Amino acid sequence: MTAIETSKRPELDEGGMGYLQSLPRRVVTVYLPLLIFVIVLLFPFYWMTITAVKPNLEMTDYANFNPFWVVHPTLEHIRYLLFETSYPGWLLNTIIISTAATFLSLLAAVFAAYAIERLRFSGARQVGLAVFLAYLVPPSILFIPLSVMVFNLGLYDTPFALILTYPTFLIPFCTWLLMGYFRSIPFELEECALIDGASRWQILTKIVLPLSVPGLISAGIFAFTLSWNEFIYALTFIQSSENKTVPVGVLTELVRSDVYEWGALMAGALIGSLPVVVLYSFFVEHYVSSMTGAVKE
Amino acid sequence: MAVTSAAVQPRRSTLSRILAFVSESHNALGFGFMLPAAALLLVFLTYPLGLGVWLGFTDARIGRPGIFIGFENYEYLWDDAVFWLSVFNTLLYTISASILKFALGLWLALILNQNLPFKSFFRAIVLLPWVVPTVLSAIAFWWIYDSQFSILSWALMEMGLIDHRINFLGDPENARASVIAANVWRGIPFVAITLLAGLQTIPQSLYEAATLDGASRWQLFRYVTLPLLTPIIAITMTFSVLFTFTDFQLIYVLTRGGPVNATHLMATLSFQRGISGGQLGEGAAIAVAMIPFLLAAILFSYFGLQRRKWQQGGGD
Repeated sequence: MTAIETSKRPELDEGGMGYLQSLPRRVVTVYLPLLIFVIVLLFPFYWMTITAVKPNLEMTDYANFNPFWVVHPTLEHIRYLLFETSYPGWLLNTIIISTAATFLSLLAAVFAAYAIERLRFSGARQVGLAVFLAYLVPPSILFIPLSVMVFNLGLYDTPFALILTYPTFLIPFCTWLLMGYFRSIPFELEECALIDGASRWQILTKIVLPLSVPGLISAGIFAFTLSWNEFIYALTFIQSSENKTVPVGVLTELVRSDVYEWGALMAGALIGSLPVVVLYSFFVEHYVSSMTGAVKE
Repeated sequence: MAVTSAAVQPRRSTLSRILAFVSESHNALGFGFMLPAAALLLVFLTYPLGLGVWLGFTDARIGRPGIFIGFENYEYLWDDAVFWLSVFNTLLYTISASILKFALGLWLALILNQNLPFKSFFRAIVLLPWVVPTVLSAIAFWWIYDSQFSILSWALMEMGLIDHRINFLGDPENARASVIAANVWRGIPFVAITLLAGLQTIPQSLYEAATLDGASRWQLFRYVTLPLLTPIIAITMTFSVLFTFTDFQLIYVLTRGGPVNATHLMATLSFQRGISGGQLGEGAAIAVAMIPFLLAAILFSYFGLQRRKWQQGGGD
């Protein structure tokens, strides 16, 4: 709830003293820098898109074709990607792995966050701190020992290697986010339910969870995006082409010998980015406000 | 489900009495609720962390469990010029990228905090570089930095600013600048949006009061915005430093550590020696060597949080 308030409140204050600035001054101090920022931040996406639909001839002939535009757009690269490579398989793997890891992490994180924030068992604060510290442990120092473990457990080159290791960075993050969310639900609601004879389980499923649906959605989106983007574990634990995820597959299988197929590479990068961008654009309000909330906490 | 029935049914069997005890004792119930998360984290995070430290003291290779060799890996790394080069590169990469991300991110946050048309639209598209998988945007940068068909070289040549193509990733100095630029590009949105969230918590009335007292725009920023934003800056930059320091993906895609190891970070060197080269023990030792730096960053974050409490009058 705090998150929602924070994102709404500025609308009242907004640009409180903007009228003190003249228009030319605003153009130089606000609009021009903003334009440059937006162009620089979006250019790689434009370049990705335009390359994905550009015929090879135009791609390498800068003398006769302006590289910023495409004269004869083609779907050849996308057709090649979807029908002559294992790309659809990688897409499916990524969807399955991300969904499973997200579901597993959310389930564990809901219980953990509720216990830390509301059950207040002895040592809850220390456990909360430990969860925060767990979030600070980067995959870059875990991938070598994890690869040994994954191999010894017989999980090497299976989706389970990733489904079980992704929660290591998803659970701390989701727990932290949900703790902030649960904190915003008034204690009185739970007390009323307790007096009415509800068990802890009923309180969690009938009161706390329905009220924290927005928090669950944003935690879910964050977790899904993080697992979709994960690279180092997927690169280390997966060997065979048909088990790879999109980021690893695009990088290791589409880049062959000296001839880079830039069109197909860019199409692969574009299609691989689309699901998270679409997911995120549907819930952008949640995203930004929960980030605000997560930072505030 | 079973817990539900325990609370509703008046008649109590032994089982439901146990369940009732568990559901009424905060500690037992808390333990049960923590179990799934704790089990996953202990098995796949805490244990590997310890295993990594242990592996650093062994000569393990892929397919062969190692034996304890004491500090031999570390002694070897101490005399290894490539390792020290990677430490230098990591520090250079982290420090310069973080400073740029902070300066540009704060600037963008201040712009986005203004009263703009299509404000939410701008906020949404600015986050894009952060949402898209790093590897995939890095591939786009790879193509932008292509030695032959770089669009940047072409545009600069068309404008008459340079007379030959820039060798972005082939030359050590250029390669370092290029990977830092790509990292900054990806990091700006995170810094900007979190700082924007911080800016929005500063009451407008403070600015009005300061303006009435005759404060200039710089003074407004220096004496109102900056002090109130410091706690969030501390947290945001700690995260940013942490993730930049342990970066792997961007380097792996763009240069794989080359040319002549000029862009090797500790994480990429650890991968190269540990996984590609099969020397698990040595790779683990390089990863363990990153821990002191990470601890420094975490302590920094801790004291940042302390200061925040103090600023808010000791409350939570």
